[in-house]
Amino acid sequence: MTLTDTGGAVGAALQIRGLAKSYVRGKPVLDGITLDIASNGITAIIGPSGTGKSTLIRCINRLVEPSSGEIIFEGRNLVTLNRTGLRAARRQIGMVFQEYNLVERLTVMENVLSGRLGYVSPFKAWMRNFPSADISEAFALLETVGLGAHAHARADALSGGQRQRVGIARALMQRPKLLLADEPTSSLDPKTSVEIMTLMRDQASQRGIPAIVNIHNVELARRFATRIVGLSGGAVVFDGAPDALGDAHLKNIYGGESWLDGGDS
Amino acid sequence: MNNAAASVMEREWRRYEPGERIARFVVYAAIVAAVVMSIRTVEVIPEFILDAPEQVVDLLKRMWPPDVASYPKEIHAALLDSLHIATVGTVLGVAMALPFGFLAARNVTPWPWLNWMARLILISARSVNTLVFALFFVAVFGPGALAGTLAIAFHSIGFVGRLFSEALENTSPGPIEALRAAGAPSASVITYGYWPQVVPAFWSLVLFRWDINVRESIVLGLVGAGGVGMALDNALNLFQWNRVAMVLLAILGVVIAAEVAVTYIRKKII
Repeated sequence: MTLTDTGGAVGAALQIRGLAKSYVRGKPVLDGITLDIASNGITAIIGPSGTGKSTLIRCINRLVEPSSGEIIFEGRNLVTLNRTGLRAARRQIGMVFQEYNLVERLTVMENVLSGRLGYVSPFKAWMRNFPSADISEAFALLETVGLGAHAHARADALSGGQRQRVGIARALMQRPKLLLADEPTSSLDPKTSVEIMTLMRDQASQRGIPAIVNIHNVELARRFATRIVGLSGGAVVFDGAPDALGDAHLKNIYGGESWLDGGDS
Repeated sequence: MNNAAASVMEREWRRYEPGERIARFVVYAAIVAAVVMSIRTVEVIPEFILDAPEQVVDLLKRMWPPDVASYPKEIHAALLDSLHIATVGTVLGVAMALPFGFLAARNVTPWPWLNWMARLILISARSVNTLVFALFFVAVFGPGALAGTLAIAFHSIGFVGRLFSEALENTSPGPIEALRAAGAPSASVITYGYWPQVVPAFWSLVLFRWDINVRESIVLGLVGAGGVGMALDNALNLFQWNRVAMVLLAILGVVIAAEVAVTYIRKKII
């Protein structure tokens, strides 16, 4: 895996072209976003609440239908795919959620294996008859995320941090070529947040896949991202390395400035 | 300062606007009128009411003691028939209700016309009383347990289907979204996303419906659809009041037992 220029189209894992989304006609939440995501590294998307971070990440795997624009992934435009094509593409995109989105009444193992549902026939999945390779991989992944002893526990018996680890294991179970994370640490305490971000960064780099992470904590973004994209008003207002993100940029992204120096000005 | 504030605050406030008060008066008047009209339609015969306590005492005297000897001979088998009618009817009804429940749930089936079709069928099943279904199936299949079982099953579709679709609509969308994002086909989204979330509600309403059906299956015999109701009907027609008392006691026992069993199992599984 070779490093590629973040801006270049060549070698980009994901190309977003003129992506727009409006829930209400005439009030775009995303207003022509154009981004190339390199084939590795963590891209953090920061910006104020309601600026379309979540919409942007959900447009990529079309949990939200884009209004216009193109999303090129693995040589295909995701926006125009039919149901079957979309399912095939989604299998290669792992996603981690703010509220973990585990099936509470299923076991940890079943939740992790559900990452393979796109590949296993519904009947076999219903009978819990997964290929033995998948089962070994699921156990290995649970070890990796530190939950080897909890395979048979029910998901609702776990703490928030543990649930998010299961969420990550489920996403990795897809053997994804791209990892999306929508505010993965917003429901977690600071220490657990760092652990979760470390886990995602390490797994993404080991697998040589890129990750796009929505995050509202600027410090976490600076610490873990290789690239930061600042959204404001549905448009990209900053795009660069974490070191390049200064107070002037933050002021531009979030507006105002009193919050930057402790709020006592 | 205080006086000035008080003079400013002097405003009138009433619980209802004048229009609302007139509307409320009209509603109350309509209710009173309806009650008066209903009483006139019922045609109360004063002699019968004055006579009633005497008649009740007389009937109870004739019922006592219950004809215990008749229980093993005629009542026991009929009672078991009723239980079987209720149980098989519930199983059949639930099996038929599930597909309509899935079709009626707007989040599972995203086509409004299908939702409405399924809902129409569920409402139809519920609006036809079990006894009416029983009369119909007795006419088609002849008197007996089959007619009763089908009557129970068809009426149960409405209740079970409606509550099941509501349970589906109350599921959390997060896990569903996660499975869709992983590229899971719709069938797997149902078995992994929706089903685990509605399992407690499902068993709870199956048990609840079985409990109702035990009571309904008892009455069904009165229209010839099998079960202990037929034994009750026979005893009533022959004025065997001691036997009637025994049947009623047996029914009470079964209903209480069903209630206790359902409460116990619900506690265990939920």
